[in-house]
Amino acid sequence: MTHTGTNSAHNPGATLGARYRQAFDAAESGGDTLVFPFLTAGFPTPEETPELIRAALRGGAAGLEIGVPFSDPIADGPVHQTAYTQALAAGASLDTALDAVRAAREFAPDAPLTLMGYLNPFLAVGATNVADATDQALADPPGAAVGEPLAPLARMAADAGVDGMIIVDLPVEESDAARDVLAEHGISLIYLLAPTSTPRRIATVADKASGFIYLVSLTGVTGAREQVAADFEQFVGRVRALTDTPLAVGFGISRRQHVVEVGKLVPAAIIGSALTNTIASAPADGRVAAVEHYLEVVTGRRSEETSA
Amino acid sequence: MSTASLSGVRESGAFGPFGGQFAPETLMPALSELEDAWEAAQTDPAFRAELDELLRNYVGRQTPLTLAPRLSERLGGAQIWLKREDLAHTGAHKINNAIGQVLLARRMGKPRIIAETGAGQHGVATATACARFGIECIVYMGAEDVRRQALNVFRMNLLGAEVVPVESGARTLKDAINEAIRDWVTNVRTTHYLIGSAIGPHPYPMIVRELQSCIGREARDQMVEQIGRLPDAAVACVGGGSNAIGLFHPLVDDPVQLIGVEAAGEGLNARHAATLTGGSPGVLHGTRTYVLQDVDGQITEAHSISAGLDYPGVGPEHAWLMQTERAEYVSITDDEALDGLKLLSETEGIIPALETAHAIAYAAKIAPTMSQDQHILIGLSGRGDKDVEIVRDALAQRGG
Repeated sequence: MTHTGTNSAHNPGATLGARYRQAFDAAESGGDTLVFPFLTAGFPTPEETPELIRAALRGGAAGLEIGVPFSDPIADGPVHQTAYTQALAAGASLDTALDAVRAAREFAPDAPLTLMGYLNPFLAVGATNVADATDQALADPPGAAVGEPLAPLARMAADAGVDGMIIVDLPVEESDAARDVLAEHGISLIYLLAPTSTPRRIATVADKASGFIYLVSLTGVTGAREQVAADFEQFVGRVRALTDTPLAVGFGISRRQHVVEVGKLVPAAIIGSALTNTIASAPADGRVAAVEHYLEVVTGRRSEETSA
Repeated sequence: MSTASLSGVRESGAFGPFGGQFAPETLMPALSELEDAWEAAQTDPAFRAELDELLRNYVGRQTPLTLAPRLSERLGGAQIWLKREDLAHTGAHKINNAIGQVLLARRMGKPRIIAETGAGQHGVATATACARFGIECIVYMGAEDVRRQALNVFRMNLLGAEVVPVESGARTLKDAINEAIRDWVTNVRTTHYLIGSAIGPHPYPMIVRELQSCIGREARDQMVEQIGRLPDAAVACVGGGSNAIGLFHPLVDDPVQLIGVEAAGEGLNARHAATLTGGSPGVLHGTRTYVLQDVDGQITEAHSISAGLDYPGVGPEHAWLMQTERAEYVSITDDEALDGLKLLSETEGIIPALETAHAIAYAAKIAPTMSQDQHILIGLSGRGDKDVEIVRDALAQRGG
């Protein structure tokens, strides 16, 4: 019930958002901009995922977003749609994502790990037969109705070592029950804000957020872009004015130059489609090396000129 | 329903545990804006007057209520009445919603409209309404549906709309909605997403229901006028469920049995689109409702001979009407729907849409069990001209 509940099993004693706080504190006190790569669990195959995750961490990832593929990803562009379809065809499931989390946790005990996906596959873990549902469950409004079914998932995710969850289609309006259920297991519900978010929405999210707030850099779906959105700085300013919660930016970030640029405004950058593209275009026996190399470049450990 | 606030954070519209707003953050302010615009329009006499004028003189409302004497005689039971949405402009009920939402988009100052379409009826209705007001119109349509409904694609093009074939997934209605939502996420500041059914995040299910409720309101008055009382049962097909909710809503407090007919496709144990009768609760396209899904929560492909019913979700209010047992939901197979289409065509000289044929087929099942002084009201949601090629091929394949 408490927001400082403990994670069970693999990370005893962790408080809500502790690993995020540790990482963001380091970045904000003069360290490098954090890079959180997003990897689709099961892409290109479930077997390869743990090794790709270790490669990303070796290459300099400060933490990870591990994506659970979904059949109907309405906020994703073509790159992730294709990755999800391919992962699902290869047999990926929530278990693939939790295996990936375990692999990452073992390799990097302090790295903040975030599970990211759409609501329906998360709900399916705790779905009860309609005939068995309680009268209360049948009377709850929609937001409350999606809280309790997340409990089995929250338990499994906490055991695997998850610090936070991003649920793309769970806006703040519907999130209270889910947030409480996750918090009981020591997991932060990570909220998103977009350039279209009103001041009132920003304030509401700021009030409920733990871990970090995910700023969507542009009005659009996921996918690599040539440039960071022109109005991003103004957007960060509007959010900064209302919250001290750490901020990370995602959508459209693909190059070292982008990381440096947004790093002047926020302490963390999330990179998705560009990394997925890197994996997709590498030869089958070169994917691990390509991921490690890509992370070295975007984190500034290796200069872009020497990239092959 | 919830009341709007100007804050941008509000209680979302719920039908018991169904409905709500499960949408990406980028869209949430647009949903608030839409809700505010709708509430303002509802209380604005000028909006109602303009909508009523268009419904009367452009759409052709009210639509007739037709007694089906030869069909009733053939079935040998209840008297069957048809609410003739097939006679509305563009040949289906979809225009009621399209006109209303285009007026709303104009109020919001959105110069660009996007829509999804399955059979093409909603796409044609939206293209029509946009042409009437000179608004840019883009219609997303599954590539498989583009193939199945080539004539409707051409109609949309004639009306000045751009039709974008969607190649992802099963390349049908669900995938068209995904792509329309992606467009909206990207262009939300300039664009209104004109959803064609009573689905999606709040306030869409409420808006579409209100705009389609003219069907039930008129039918209710017309029944009373023609037989002096209400029907015993009202039957309508349900894909997303817009014509059904439009028929049911004005009758929901009356002693009228409400029956929604879903598409059982090749059978409930095979490929089908019967979400309420064969699915389970979940979240799809911004709303909590019944969906077709596997044990991992992945949405499964729907199948129906009728492109307009080929959807693995359903309007959240139907899920609520089922849970509260106010309405009953049943299903009809592809084969039975073909029989229903032939039956109405031969007995009454009315070729219904394949979607509508599901309602005919179910009414044909129950009418013989009822007495001749009982009455069934069928929502004749659309005409079948668009389907004749599919019907010809399907009948040839099964031998008539």
